[in-house]
Parts: sequence; structure tokens; C-alpha cells
Amino acid sequence: MSIELTGITKSFGRFMPVDNVDLRIETGELIALLGPSGSGKTTILRIIAGLETPDAGTVAFHGEDATERHARERQVGFVFQHYALFGHMTIFENIAFGLRVRPRAQRPDEAEIRRRVSTLLELIQLDFLAARYPHQLSGGQRQRVALARALAVEPKVLLLDEPFGALDARVRQELRRWLRRLHDEVHVTTVFVTHDQEEAFEVADRVVVMNRGRIEQIGAPAEVYDHPATPFVFEFLGQVNRLPLPDEPGGDGFVRPHEISVLGAPEDDALPARLLHSATVGHFARLEFELEADARRVSVEVSRETLRALALPVGAIAWLRPTILRRFAGR
Amino acid sequence: MTKAHSPMPAATSLPIGLPRAAAEPPIIRRLLIVVALIFLTLFLFVPLAFVFAEALKKGLAVYFAAVTDPDALDAIRLTLLVAVIAVPANLVFGVAAAWTVAKFSFPGKSILITLIDLPFAVSPVVSGLIYVLVFGLQGWFGGWLREHDLKVIFAVPGIVLATIFVTFPFVARELIPLMQAQGTEQEEAAIVLGARGWQTFFRVTLPNIKWGLLYGVILCNARAMGEFGAVSVVSGHIRGGTNTLPLAVEILYNEYQFTAAFAVASLLALLALLTLALKYVVEARTREDQAFAGEGNA
Repeated sequence: MSIELTGITKSFGRFMPVDNVDLRIETGELIALLGPSGSGKTTILRIIAGLETPDAGTVAFHGEDATERHARERQVGFVFQHYALFGHMTIFENIAFGLRVRPRAQRPDEAEIRRRVSTLLELIQLDFLAARYPHQLSGGQRQRVALARALAVEPKVLLLDEPFGALDARVRQELRRWLRRLHDEVHVTTVFVTHDQEEAFEVADRVVVMNRGRIEQIGAPAEVYDHPATPFVFEFLGQVNRLPLPDEPGGDGFVRPHEISVLGAPEDDALPARLLHSATVGHFARLEFELEADARRVSVEVSRETLRALALPVGAIAWLRPTILRRFAGR
Repeated sequence: MTKAHSPMPAATSLPIGLPRAAAEPPIIRRLLIVVALIFLTLFLFVPLAFVFAEALKKGLAVYFAAVTDPDALDAIRLTLLVAVIAVPANLVFGVAAAWTVAKFSFPGKSILITLIDLPFAVSPVVSGLIYVLVFGLQGWFGGWLREHDLKVIFAVPGIVLATIFVTFPFVARELIPLMQAQGTEQEEAAIVLGARGWQTFFRVTLPNIKWGLLYGVILCNARAMGEFGAVSVVSGHIRGGTNTLPLAVEILYNEYQFTAAFAVASLLALLALLTLALKYVVEARTREDQAFAGEGNA
């Protein structure tokens, strides 16, 4: 099912988390809403689910206006950041909940409920935990149960709010790949919210970068990374240096730390800078320079071989030349 | 406590989790415990023991004669009737108020929370007087009630109303912090899964608050059966008609029937002990609820 948001605006008092947002999500897509905290991504997710009512704008499912439709009737699956499992129910009953609360006419019989819950328990590889309670499970297991519970009602749309935010790094990695595989199997339209760009890029078909309630850029991960539309996107997606533009006095260009060459001797356009600090991080070295011209700090990443060849002591002068210098209109 | 003679007494007998700086020297701690115990004995244990001693002074036969006296039985019946009406009424009100306060935000919310506490702040006698002023013969509805031959003051309805007023914060006060701590995520999850309002309440909200609710009900019931001041003002002390247990105790005592007075009082004391026992059990489960709700989420 496709989702279409038009002119969505929502404010809480003077704070405006969502400001006139238009977004179209195609059937079967896996979309990441990416942005810093307070950028409005969770509010958009809750508006799609019907848990918040927009002040203005419309939500359409498959071309049909659903703005006034109650959350219960939207047929969405929602996975909460802190799982929101029902603490007094077993894992089995948690997953069965959405089926059991259906009106009698639509409710599957007991055997069918058992069959469907078992299938889901196998899908999340936790069938051996069916009789346990949520507080007896690890964070990663709870998150998978929350996902199975959302999928049990066969939702048209799956919405995940920071689904891996509360988990440790390794479990997060695993669950990410698992979510991607699951999506390739089930093919339900999926929107997930994250502040972790790596997570967004690894899992999503398209990434929506948000800032202060507005969409900064929408595109495939590689497209967004290689062609950031705004300085915000560029800075949000990784460490960035601002360097003076040679042809535009007072103007700044943007360059990533690994896109700067360090030279041992002066050359045209290269900027003299003093080395303040160097550290080796795994297979590369991170250098901190201070520009001689205006004392601004510049981070550079070079391979360890390059560092060895340069033989640069701390406090020495080197020359920096960006291999690419991006500029944004209006800046 | 046994290590008081060791070089580092404060450290060795320190309860886990208490920073060393917050612990007092053993002498002070013992002194505080002794003071607390003396206080407890003087003001709680001795009077309680005295009630039972006085009640049973003339033997079991007299005791049972006193508590099975027709007037005493009427008082017991009326007390139970009042509790049976007041407690469910406040259960419904308390859950509704706590739900409103904990799960929604609206203008005037803090005023509502303060209003819920009003019966605790007002003297019970004043609470009773309010009803006399509203429903009494000279009160706002007095004329109308008289025309329709309805009696509120100096009758059972007045006692029920006054009791509901006095006991009405117990359930709400107990549930508001519990429900606030639990938040709304589980309810939201239930709704998105297709649950209707009443399904969400009975399958998700109620199981999460059941022990807290029971705790509030127990306290509410204890107060409903034991209330004196407010009930005394509206009752009229009609023997066999509008006398509750606490009022019966007063009447008997004023008539110098000390043994009978203490016998009836001992029933209230037993109720108190039973309440304490239940409270102890339920309190432990309430804490579990709170931990459970947290664990189920985080």
C-alpha cells in the first residue's frame, strides 16, 4: 500500500516538530526517516499510524484519504522504540493479541490463531520462548517479539520507531540485516525512524533526511551520500571540514576528511596548516590541522602508509589540498 | 549491628546501596531505633492492646452479648451497607480520574489533581456540614426534598454521601503515580493492533494496575467503615437506624457501657489489623507491578 502525505503540519505549543511536509512512499518500499532528535521524524511516523492528528494536511493510503481514520482502522503495524510489550502476557499471547481483539465475525478460530502465532514465532526464531514473559527476554528478543506482534495482524504498512535504538552495537547489526531480509520476504511497505545514518543507509531503499520538521532531501542512500542537497545533509552524514573557496573570497566549500591530500611541500592552491595532533585509528590515521591563514581546525584522514611517508612531527607545517570542494547554492 | 566493636563499624554493617557518608554512627542509629520503638509502643500497641483487654475484661460471654446486641448488629449492617455503596463508587471514580490525569493532557489538569485531594485537606466535620447545608431542611435542596418526602440528612443517603466524599481520594491517589509511570505506550500498541477502548482497558490497562487498585480499595474501605466525623454530623445518631459502628462506640461509651463500647470498638480494631495485613501483601505486589511495567518496556 502506498502512503501519501500532503502538507502535513503539527505543532505542540510553540514547538513545531513537523512543518508542511510532503512525502510519497511507494508500495513495498523500505524507507528510512533519518534526522537528529527533534527533527520531527517520530511525529511523522505517529501521524501515519493515526496516533497523532496533524494540524493541517492529509494522509492518504493507496490514494484514499485516511486523515480522519482511527488508528485502530488503519491496518498498520507499529513497533515502538521501547517495544511496549504487554508485561502480564506471555510472548505467545502478546503476538496473538491483535487477532484476539478482533470482532467475533473476523476473528480466526483458536486453531488458526495458534497456527499463525507459531509461524511468526518461527519467523523470528523464538518459538522456544512462547510461554515466557517479556521481562524474561533480552532486548533484541523483545524487539523481535514486538515485530512479530505487529506482523500478526497482516498490516498493510509497517512502521518502526527507532527499532534498534536501545540495543547494543552487535545485536543492532544483526537485527538490521534481519529486518532487510524480512522485508525482502514479506514485502510490506515499511517506514522506519532512525538517527543513525549507517543504519538508514544499510537497510533502506530510500532515505528521507529531516531537519527541524522539514525534509532536506529524499533519495537512494548512495545518491544522498554522494550528492547531498544541503549543507545540513552533508554535515549530518559524516564529519565535514569547511575550507575557504579559492575563487570566492569569504565563501566556504565543504570537504570530508578523507578527501584532502596532505603535501610535504607548498603547491598552487594548497593551504599551509600546522599539525596539532595525530592518532591512528585501525587502518587509517586521523590528523588535526590548524590553518595558518585563519586558525580554523581541519580534520584529515590518510592511510597509515601516507602518514609514514610524510614523517610529519606534531607542530610541523604541511600543505592541504582538497581533492573535491562542494559548494551549495545560496551559501 | 554485631560488628560495632570492629575498626570500621559503619562500613561493615552498612545497608547495600547507602553511601557511606549518609550512614550515622551505630550509637545514633540504635538511639533512633529505640526512640521509634518506644513511640510505637506508647501510641499504637498499648491502646490497641487496651481495646481488646477492656472488651474481654468481663469474659467472652459478655463480649459476644455486646456485639450481638440488636443495636450493635444494626450498626454493623449499616456500616457494611455504606461501604458496599461508597467503595465501588469511589473505585469507578478513582479509576476514571486517574485514567484522565495520567493518560491525557488538558488545561486545568493540576487543578483537578488538587481538587481530588480536597477531602484530605478539609476536616471531616466540615465535610459533613457541607451536606447538611446542601440537603438539610434549611439547605438549598431542603424544601424540594421535603416536598417529595425524601430524607437525606439524618438518614442513610446522607451517611453514604458523606462517606463517599471523605474516602474519595484513596483510589485515585494510589493510581495516578502508577499510571503516570507506566505511560501510554502499551495502550497505543493495543489500539494500533485493533483493540477497542474497553478491550484496551480490560486487557492492557487493568492488568497493569490491578495491585495498585486493590491497595487503594483496601485503604478506601478501611476509611469508609471507620469514618466518624463527617458521618456523625449527618447521621442524627438514631439507634437501629443511622448508627454506624464508630457512632455506636461513642454512644455506648457516653452511656457508661464501657465493656460494650470496647467490644464494638474491638471489631473496628480487628478491621484495622486485617487491613494492615492485606495492605502488606498487596504493597509487595504493587512494587512488582511497577518493576514489571518498567521491565516489560525497557
